[in-house]
Amino acid sequence: MSPSEQLTIDRNGASVPGVCGPAEVGEQAARSSLRAQVARLERELSAIVAEGFPHIGAVAWAPASSGPSMLGLEELELLRDRLAGRVQELRRRAQARAEHELRAHELLERMKLEPARYKFVRLPVTDLGQRGCGVWEVRPRFGLLGMLAGWWELKLSCGCPLPGGSRPVRDPAQRLLRPS
Amino acid sequence: MSSLPPAPEPPGSAAGFRPAPGWCAREVEEELPGLRLLTAEAHVARRGPLTGGSPPDVHGRLRELSNRMRGATAVAVRREPVPAAYRVFFRHIGLDPDVERTPIEAAVLERMLRGGFLSGGLLQDVLLIALLDTGVPVWALDADSVEGPLGIRASAEGERLGRYHDAPPLPARRLVVADSSAPLAVLFGGLAPGHIPLAGTRRLALYAVQVAGVPELYVEEALWNCRSALELR
Repeated sequence: MSPSEQLTIDRNGASVPGVCGPAEVGEQAARSSLRAQVARLERELSAIVAEGFPHIGAVAWAPASSGPSMLGLEELELLRDRLAGRVQELRRRAQARAEHELRAHELLERMKLEPARYKFVRLPVTDLGQRGCGVWEVRPRFGLLGMLAGWWELKLSCGCPLPGGSRPVRDPAQRLLRPS
Repeated sequence: MSSLPPAPEPPGSAAGFRPAPGWCAREVEEELPGLRLLTAEAHVARRGPLTGGSPPDVHGRLRELSNRMRGATAVAVRREPVPAAYRVFFRHIGLDPDVERTPIEAAVLERMLRGGFLSGGLLQDVLLIALLDTGVPVWALDADSVEGPLGIRASAEGERLGRYHDAPPLPARRLVVADSSAPLAVLFGGLAPGHIPLAGTRRLALYAVQVAGVPELYVEEALWNCRSALELR
């Protein structure tokens, strides 16, 4: 949110005879307006974080407060400004991430069309905005033969490693120690 | 923001259950419209201590909720209407919900870190289940230590949290849940020593904090859940 976008706060306020002074009423209205802006910014912040997860995280940006209290005008203004700055920073990161994913999609399309031009290029699926551990890779078909013959293909690896790790290698020494 | 999910249906005799509205200091009410305190009294009929192990039905419910909450839920919970309303309110009272998490987000994060909702004793489990079911946090005080109706106000200069000699001092203007004579809990925070229900406590003063954007039905449901779970024989 740029300063021009922020709502103008009427510090003079309107006069309400018999209730309280005009300055007090004006300040109350200003606080109310600031709280509405804070609510809007908080919703936007949550939306960016939820949509951008796990690439965009909600990193805490303010020191822990001492506890809940009723904030004054200055405190609310400071909170609004900090929150607006944070939203702006997250928007930038979300935009950069979207551009990165777009470039990755374009690269994948090119790799599909002309695999020979992208020998051994690897493109993780996370760069495409997808979950998982898969990687797109241009590899030679039939190994060395394909490499020499210029047979290149695009392959997607099978995904995340198993939680138990790879198959244990048989240890000949262990086998010898085992009672028959 | 998405629309509200279908409101929870009050089971059984919940239809006739009406929690008592607490009071709210005028300055707080004017400054934070929509803030309300709802209270209910519960008589513990379950056997065994309140801080002891939970019965199988409570354990089963926790297990079921553990299975329901997954990683995707943990991320998306901040956008759901009720948790989002508490996040906004946290900002309004000067708390950063990414540092001092809202109760529902704290519970879901714990679930992710520990791999499930671990039992913390009967009372804690019942309060947790109500929170997970509705998104509304509920706290319990020892009803015998409460004088008069509960409400929300700002603390005065030199006040202490609780009535007892070891009560910690409170800074001025801190938002607290108080009875007619003393602050008994910090709003969305810890309870005063000496007012926390003990293993043998049988009468509880339950309270829930409603903020702007949270339908009253959800708050009633949270209190009803706790009361009915504790009063079950």
